[in-house]
Formats: sequence, structure tokens, C-alpha cells
Amino acid sequence: MIGSDRVEVRKTHKLFIGGAFPRSESGRTYEVVNTRGEFLANIAKASKKDARDAVISARTGFNSWSKATAYNRGQVLYRIAEVMEGRKDQFINDIQDAEGTSNKKAAAQTDQAIDRVVWYAGWADKYSQVLGNTNPVSGPFFNFSIPEPTGVVAAVAPQDSSLLGLISVIAPILVSGNSVIVIASTNSPIPAITLSECLATSDVVAGNINILTGDPAEIMPSLASHLDVNALDLTGVTDPELQASLEVEAAGSVKRVRKAPSKPDWQATPSLSRIRAFTEIKTVWHPMGV
Amino acid sequence: MSSLENQSAVSHKGLLAFLAGLPGVDQVGAEARAAALGTRSIKKESKIRAIDTAISMVDLTTLEGADTPGKVKAMSSKALHPDPTDPSTPSVAAVCVYGDLVYAAREVVGDRIHVAAVATAFPSGRASLGVKLADTKEAVAAGADEIDMVIDRGAFLSGNYGKVFDEIIAVKEACGPAHLKVILETGELKTLDNVRKASWLAMKAGADFIKTSTGKVTPAATLPVTLVMLEAVRDYYQETNIRIGVKAAGGIKTSKDAIKYLVLVNETVGDEWLTPDLFRFGASTLLNDLLLQRQKMITGHYSGPDYVTID
Amino acid sequence: MSFEYAPAPESSAIVNIKSSNGLFINGEFTPGHGTPFKTINPATEEVLAEIAQANQEDVDAAVRAARRAYDKTWSQMAGRDRGKYLFRIARLIQERAREFAVLESMDNGKPIRESRDVDVPIAAAHFFYHAGWADKLEFAGYGNNPQSLGVAAQIIPWNFPLLMLAWKIAPALATGNTVVLKPAETTPLTALLFAEICQQAELPPGVVNILTGDGDTGRMLVEHPDVNKIAFTGSTAVGQAIQRQIAGSNKRLTLELGGKAANIVFDDAPIDQAVEGIVNGIYFNQGHVCCAGSRLLLQESIAEQTIESLKRRLQTLRLGDPLDKNTDIGAINSREQLNRIIDLTKSGDEEGAQRWSPDCAIPEKGFWFAPTIFTNVTQAHRIAREEIFGPVLSVLTFRTPDEAIEKANNTPYGLSAGIWTEKGSRILSMANKVRAGVVWANTFNRFDPASPFGGFKESGFGREGGIQGLGAYLTSEESS
Repeated sequence: MIGSDRVEVRKTHKLFIGGAFPRSESGRTYEVVNTRGEFLANIAKASKKDARDAVISARTGFNSWSKATAYNRGQVLYRIAEVMEGRKDQFINDIQDAEGTSNKKAAAQTDQAIDRVVWYAGWADKYSQVLGNTNPVSGPFFNFSIPEPTGVVAAVAPQDSSLLGLISVIAPILVSGNSVIVIASTNSPIPAITLSECLATSDVVAGNINILTGDPAEIMPSLASHLDVNALDLTGVTDPELQASLEVEAAGSVKRVRKAPSKPDWQATPSLSRIRAFTEIKTVWHPMGV
Repeated sequence: MSSLENQSAVSHKGLLAFLAGLPGVDQVGAEARAAALGTRSIKKESKIRAIDTAISMVDLTTLEGADTPGKVKAMSSKALHPDPTDPSTPSVAAVCVYGDLVYAAREVVGDRIHVAAVATAFPSGRASLGVKLADTKEAVAAGADEIDMVIDRGAFLSGNYGKVFDEIIAVKEACGPAHLKVILETGELKTLDNVRKASWLAMKAGADFIKTSTGKVTPAATLPVTLVMLEAVRDYYQETNIRIGVKAAGGIKTSKDAIKYLVLVNETVGDEWLTPDLFRFGASTLLNDLLLQRQKMITGHYSGPDYVTID
Repeated sequence: MSFEYAPAPESSAIVNIKSSNGLFINGEFTPGHGTPFKTINPATEEVLAEIAQANQEDVDAAVRAARRAYDKTWSQMAGRDRGKYLFRIARLIQERAREFAVLESMDNGKPIRESRDVDVPIAAAHFFYHAGWADKLEFAGYGNNPQSLGVAAQIIPWNFPLLMLAWKIAPALATGNTVVLKPAETTPLTALLFAEICQQAELPPGVVNILTGDGDTGRMLVEHPDVNKIAFTGSTAVGQAIQRQIAGSNKRLTLELGGKAANIVFDDAPIDQAVEGIVNGIYFNQGHVCCAGSRLLLQESIAEQTIESLKRRLQTLRLGDPLDKNTDIGAINSREQLNRIIDLTKSGDEEGAQRWSPDCAIPEKGFWFAPTIFTNVTQAHRIAREEIFGPVLSVLTFRTPDEAIEKANNTPYGLSAGIWTEKGSRILSMANKVRAGVVWANTFNRFDPASPFGGFKESGFGREGGIQGLGAYLTSEESS
């Protein structure tokens, strides 16, 4: 580091809920270390109450985000990419610390993550053209199907791929107008926290994106049984028993559940299935007459 | 819907506002309802009664440039005794002819059935009010006890509802004791919204019957159009306690068709309207098909064209 | 002159019901190993036939047959050829349409006019529509090499037995899957006739298997480890149980569950057609419809006169023999269902709503419920919240479009909704805001194989029909 005799101001890592940075209401933290076992930070350990607060914020955020025009949503996502680009060095540092990768690999992951946000920004005003359509029903009716956002999605970010994987999970949820509560990678949460700083300074509506750190096994069950959560993305759940019990909880309000993929390749260009998974198709009929 | 106290006091502006306030008609929905009613299966004794009812509701019609007294007298004869082989066959309700041949019809039918005359520059309605009133008065003087007038569709489609309204009032007055059927010519009105508006306009102006068509324009009577007219009549009755009649004219060729109309009447306004005083068929070839079906119901075997008279 | 319609019965001579029926496994009818049960005609309470009960052994055999057919035949077959089998099936249904319609009315209780004009034609159309997709899947937006899942377990309800079978089997087969389908306990007969069609079409054995049986059969099917996908249509409670049951497995699931749809009528609605839409919305199929317009939301300014018009219209509904071509309201499908309807409507009385029914001659035998309207209903009443699944309409009022949307969306369900207004911008605005998977504007209860059907929230997830319905049976939806 430059000027190694200067004492750094260390960051307190907090949750990101409702556009603000609260500590966990439980007051708890947990230690995160780098791949050499060295102390990195005390990370806020979110509780069920934090999760509950996040749902309230997410629902409020959804109520305005879902009404934003597609153009507007695309611009907001693009702005996130702009802000991330400005913080590239910070992300590269964070990824190196978190994943122990080389500077080169960390930089590549950061570039890809930003590019992926741009990719999804470009989908905001297009995916409904691909996922929606008119239907040629046999009768004098105009019939169209449109994808609408599901609502509030609770997601678990991938445990590895602390930035690219995270972006690959939350961007497709957001692009269609959903709001998201994401639990960052347990062991590599710091890139997610840096991301939340980007979000706070982009034009993201408060509550639209909420980032919690902590133990998914503790927080997810309450989100899975929460009646005001509409869908679950279990991508980062590595314990099959936990996944199964979350699916059971989800049945209580017939939530849509996206299971963890077995061997995700975050580098590959995504399909539309992640956007599709968190949309509801609405089909409208109207007679055509004089 | 506003309630008007005195027709002659109606301002044209008030009429416009009233007509604009009528509920719209969804074409697809109305057609679907009419089609659904058309799937009622009327068999056996209900079919026989329906056929006889339909016969008694026919206005047997000839409205051709080539009509002669001979033609009219022959048709009038058939009107009285539709089936010479079966005197139990009911008479039709009326004969319907041009005003200058009313006398010929009356000579044959006497007072036994009605004689309806078309008037008011039928079928186009394109003439001055004076001509239309003269047409009406002459027909009544010649013995017509029913007048089938046409509305001025040009005035209607250009939004001059007041003119249409005033004309009907004037013709009604010229009718004297004759009952007035107002032909809307639904085939030229095109939309069911217009049919609803025209129905209400005619009823408020004093029509005794509202009639679908002149028979000279296609499409003439259809089930959806008649449905909308029956709904208007029903709603008018709710408001005023007055029953107005409906005549479906033109394009109704078979007994099957006729029975569908009776079902329409039954399930839209109710069976009080299933009488020639409140429902008529304006038809010519329909009568023979009714007679053929009647023969089949009675004898049990299918009949043929040689067993009904051509006039 | 009063116009009485003479009885116009459709002859039942066209059907040939076997007194004892087996299961359809691997292309053949074979005896079941559970205790057989009876299916009755709910209009007369007569026994129609004895039906086999599939037990674990039978479920295993059926899944084995479906797996073998999948591995050896169906997944190896070109889409074009799969499509041709589906076209054959569609045409065969059309050829035997009258037979299917009569059989459906006898087994289910619905009027012949409905089974003849709605159920059977749309079922045939579903096969025809999906036949054409079989060799075009790479164009459907699921990637350029979408793959089928394998064996699909399908459980369907008693309200539209043949139609629900078509909704399930057609897309599954078109996308290359094989199926084991369990029809509802009270309505197995058209499924068994369909099995005959499969034989006539020379569908490769094991591609379609039909297991008759009760809830236990269904459970065994859902739990079977070699099933890749489950498609369920039925009550929300059972749907939730299935979702719990398969947690932790790799089985894919789609659910089509209950509903309590709002039918919203504004003061500028095309009122005569709106009345038809209301009546069709709740009395079609005796109200045994998941997407029934069971909550009428009437703008307060026109409430009184619309209710009068509705009552007048209900007087022309004809309740009686389902095989009579003039019947509008048929029999309730079972004594159980009838008791449920009676219970819930009693709660309506107790909670203060006003009940009204037209005078209806109720036949002595069979299960019947007169079409009923409850007025002065509020959101807090059970009859406004719970699915009655019978010919019972709950009428509530609203003042403004916003209030209508709030009330319409104030339910855990979200299957369908109706909107009646002549104002175009309001139609689109209301359609935009209502949280329902199917929105009918100035119409109701319209179905088409090209039109995706399914719910929001607790009405289920996944769609059936249209391009969107294919996704439930393809693998591409689960990869990253």
C-alpha cells in the first residue's frame, strides 16, 4: 500500500435495507477471513427481524419499481453499471481478498460483472417482446400475453463467484420490475457490500434491492414462509436438506421456487430462463367488434 | 336513462343527450348470446305450437314493382287459408303491400286479417315530408289498418336525430287509427349501438311496432339485431309499462329460423310478447316452409313443394 | 302464450360403457390390483360402471411403461412424427365427438350443450394445436435444442375431465415426454375412452398411461422416484401438499389451483352483454370452474338495477337432465361437493348476506343446487373469500376504479378476472393493475389452446396453452 505508515480508516460492513445501511438489529456480527485465514472484517449477521424489515422495504420498492417504464428500468440498471465501473479497483481488491484469485482473474470477473449489468440493462425494454406475444385464438378476440413481475423475490447468492455470480442472480430478477432481498455469499460477502454502496448512489428506488449478510440457514426459512414474499431463488443454497426444507416452507403460499443449478457457468451468456422464472404471464382477451 | 314526460316537448338536444346515454352493445357478446339462444332444441309438441304461432305472426308480403291486383288478390287468399288441405291451419296476421294495392287486398280479406301498407317513400325514404305524409294518408284511406314506415337513415347517420324523431311523430299523426310500424333498416345502420338508439328513438316518437328491415337491403333481419331491439323493448316496458311490438322482416326463410326468433322473444322479453299483437315476421317464402313443417309434424312424414300452394 | 320447451334428450345409445373397467398401461387395458370402485351418474345416482383402483404395483408398472416408452421410443422419435400422432388423436376425438360429449355429461353431470359445444371441441383443438409444435420447438424461445424431461405424472380434476386431460397430455407429448395420468375419482370414463383413441391412433404403447383411482393413487404417483415432472390441477390445499411432498427432489412442478375471481362491472358497461358475462361466469358448468367469476364487483351506482336484471335473467335458466339439449344447469358432480356448497352458502346466510334463487324444479334423484345470488356481501364474508365451486354468485359493490382494483386483488388467489366497461383506456388500465393470470375484458370464460392459462399467487404457477405452456415440459428452464 502507498504510504504504509498511514493508519487506514477501516470500514464497518453493514446491511443494505430500504436504501440505508443499518447494522443488524440483533447487534451480531461474524468474522470473514481471506483465503489465507487472515481477518478481513466483522460482517453484520442479519436476523429474522432484519429479513422482515427487508421484506417491508422490498414491497414498498416493488410498488414503485414495477410501475417504472421499461426504458426507465433500463436506465437505472445502466447507471448501476456506470457507478460500478467507477469502483472497479475496489471490486478487484474485494474479489482478490474474498476468493484468493489473481489480480488478473479478479479484474476479468469485475469486467464481466459490469458487462453483465449492461447486458441486462439492455433487456429491460425487450424481454417482454420475447416472452410475450399475441395469441391467435379462434374467434373475434384480441388476445395478448405479457410477462409481469412476480413481486418480492428472496434470493441466495452463489457461495463462490462473489461478484459475477451475485450479479447474475439479481440482475435478471430486477430487470422485469421485481424487487429482491439477496443474501450474499456467506464467506465472500464483501463484494456484495461494495455493490450495495454502488446501489445507494445509483438511481435505484429505496427498497428495490436489499442485501443481507449472514447465514442463509438462519434467515431463509423465515423468508420462505413469509406470506409477502412471492418467489425464492435458491441458487446459492449448497445444503440439499436446507433446500428441501425451504421448498416445503414455500408451499405454504405457493411460492415460485428456482432451485440451485448443479454446475453453473457464470461466464457463459445467460439464457432468458432467469428473467422468465420471476415473471407471471398475464393473458388478456377482448372482443373485436364495431 | 331520463324519463320524458311529453314527447312533443322534447328538445332535440335532450334527445341527443338521451340517446348518447344509452348503454353500448358489445357486438361479439350480442352475437354470441343470439347464437346460444339459437341452440335451443324445440321438438314435438312445443314445435307444433311454435309453428302455429309463427304462422299466425306472418305478415305475408309482396313489395315488387311488378305487383298487380291479381298478384295481391292471390296472395291475400293464401293469407286467409294458407293450407287448403288443412283448414285447422291458422291465418296469418296480415298482408303487406304497397299503398296503391291496399284496395285489392281488402277486397279479398275483408276485416278478417290486417292489411299493412308500406309508406313514406318505401324503401329508400328519400322524399319530402309532404310526400311521405301523403303516401301514408292515402294508404290509410284505401283501407290499410297498419302502416310500415321507414326512418330517414340519411338523417340518422348524419346525426340529425331530431329530424328522424319529428318525422315519426308526424307520420303517426297521419296514421289516424292505423297502427304504426317503424322500419329502422338495420342493414344500413350497421352497428348494434345504432340499432339500440334507433329503437329507443322510434318508441319515444310513438311507434307501435319497431321493425328491422325493408327486405330490400342485405342483411335484413338477423338474430343479433332482433335481440337488441327486443332488449330495447323490454327496457322501455320497464320504464313506461307500455309494450311495443317487434317485427323481424327479410331473410327469414325456414321454420328453423322462425323458431329461433320465437325463442329469442321468449327468453328476452317473455311470453307476453308471443302474440301477433306484439311480434310479427315480415316474410314471403317462410310461410310455405312453415306449412311443410306443419304437415310433417302432423302426418309424420316429410312433405314436398307440390303440397303447398305458390300463392 | 306460454312457450314450454318439450324434453329434447340426446340419446345415450351412442355410448358403450363397459360394466367393469381396467387401467390403461403400456397400450393395453389391464385389471387393477386395488379395490375397484363405482362411478355414478350424478343426475340420477345410477351406477355407470365399475372402475379399477390402481395400487402401488400398478403405479410402478405404469411409470415403468412410461419410462421404457420414453427411453426407447418417444424421446428417439423425430418431432415431426410425434406431431403426426397428436394430429391423429385430434381427428379421432372429432370423429367420436358426440360419443365423448354424451359420456362426459353422464359421468360429470354437465349439460350436453356444454360438453358438445365447449369441452369436446376445445379438447380436440388442444391436440391439434400442440401437434404443430412438436417439430418446431427450437423456434419457441427455449434455446435451439430444448429437451424433454422424461416421465410426467399428471393429476386432473373432475370439473372438465376430457378437457383437462387434453390440457395435460397434448403439451407433454408434443415436447417429447411420456405420461401417466390419473383422472378424478368421480369422472374416469372419458379418460378411458381416450385410452381407446390412443389405441386407434396406434400411439406407441407406454407413451400414454391412464391410472384410475383415488387420492392415494395420486399420492403414490407423485411420490414415485422415477417421475420427472408433476402437473396438478385441483384444490389449493392438495397443490400445496404436493409442493411440500416433492421438496428436495429434482421433480419439476406446475400447479393450477383454485380461484375467487372478481368480475368487475362499471356503469358504462355494455350492460346486456355484461349480464350474460356474469351469468356465464358463475353458472357455466354449474360454477365448477376454477376461473369462475364468483365475486361480482358492481359499481355502486348501477348495483340495484343490475341485480334486478340478473334476477330476471336467472329466471330463464333451465335446471335439469344434463342430457336434455335445453338444459343450462346440470347436476352437481357429487354428494360431497353438494354438501360443501350447502355449508358455505349457509355461512352466507349466517354472516348476513341476502340469498336469492329463481324458482327451480329440482329433480328427486341426483345432486342439484339452484343458481343462487348473494347480495350485500363484503370482503369479510366467507362467501367472498373461499372458493365455493358451485352456482353461487357473491355480489359486492365499489365506488371507483381504484377501489375495484383493491377489492379484486385483495385475495390470496389470482387466477382470473373480468372487466366490463366500454372505455378502452379503462379496460387496459384495469387489465394492467389486476393481479390475475387471465383477464377477460367485455367477455368471460373464453379458452383456446393458443392462449396461456394459469394463475398468480395461490392460484398456482406455470401456464397451460400457448407458447408459454411448453416451458413446463422442457429442461431449459432450470439451467443457469
